[in-house]
Amino acid sequence: MGKVKFGIVVFPGSNCDHDAQYVAGHIMQQDARLIWHKESSIGDVDVVILPGGFAHGDYLRCGAIARFSPIMKDVVDFARKGGMVIGICNGFQVLTEVGLLPGVLLRNSSLRFVCKYVNVAVENNATRFTSACDKGEVLEIPIAHGDGNYFADDITIQKLVDNNQIVFKYCAKDGELTEASNPNGSLLNIAGIINEGGNVLGLMPHPERAADPVLRHTDGQKIFESIIESFTGTERTAESISMERR
Amino acid sequence: MEDNLFLSKITVTLRKSILDPQGKAVQHGIHSMGYDAVEDVRIGKFIELSVNVASKKEAEQVTEEVCKKLLANPVMEDFAYVVEEIKRR
Repeated sequence: MGKVKFGIVVFPGSNCDHDAQYVAGHIMQQDARLIWHKESSIGDVDVVILPGGFAHGDYLRCGAIARFSPIMKDVVDFARKGGMVIGICNGFQVLTEVGLLPGVLLRNSSLRFVCKYVNVAVENNATRFTSACDKGEVLEIPIAHGDGNYFADDITIQKLVDNNQIVFKYCAKDGELTEASNPNGSLLNIAGIINEGGNVLGLMPHPERAADPVLRHTDGQKIFESIIESFTGTERTAESISMERR
Repeated sequence: MEDNLFLSKITVTLRKSILDPQGKAVQHGIHSMGYDAVEDVRIGKFIELSVNVASKKEAEQVTEEVCKKLLANPVMEDFAYVVEEIKRR
């Protein structure tokens, strides 16, 4: 297989679209193209990135209007057929609004917009998005959001725990899950979750902002590496990872 | 046959089980003013839709659908509305 084809959806108000394209295309040396939200088809891509930003001004609720952008119908079809979709920050909010991931991102418990580096523990490295990480590995990746407080009802949370769908949790530098390390009030320190099928990931931290060596933080590369490996590695690798999940 | 104009007045509020930090902050402010009698504050949204359909029933149906699909997220919000007929000159 040649280069992995990343398609990055651009909503009016997206502002991490070019960062994602730069990292996928320039840093990771893959194919990376932007897709305007008015398009009806994502075209021939392997991975869809819903980038960070403030799609449609975040009016009404974050992601609520973006979920009805014309492109989303094809993104949902793609995901339902097993296509890989990663939603970063605002993209995570869009994924919950459109129903590809459960729960919702509430206003940060502090009511403040939080923009800083945080530590996140890789709770599940047996996914196509985290296979390049060790289990329990602590990644240093920035967050920048006002609405990242993950919430879902008890039944949904239990299901996420039972299925090992919680992929990232906010933690202290040593990996300990403390209340002080939770920047937004998320239940169980949740920073990122995956769907049951293992092909749709949403996370509040920005891996694309910690991927260029010039910035001296490259932990975010591991997410991109994992995605790329899941295509370029042997077919058995991706499959055995998905088997491990069960 | 002439269409009628209806006004839907919608409120969207956080579900009771969800902490409303904005409401809590305002409550603190109210208490600082000395109104200790105010026991709780919840902040929500107020939305008006002007709906051009034949009947009130239709207007209610449109409002209900729009609320469910877009204006409220059932995971965290409840909604309520009233529909009034507007007299056109």
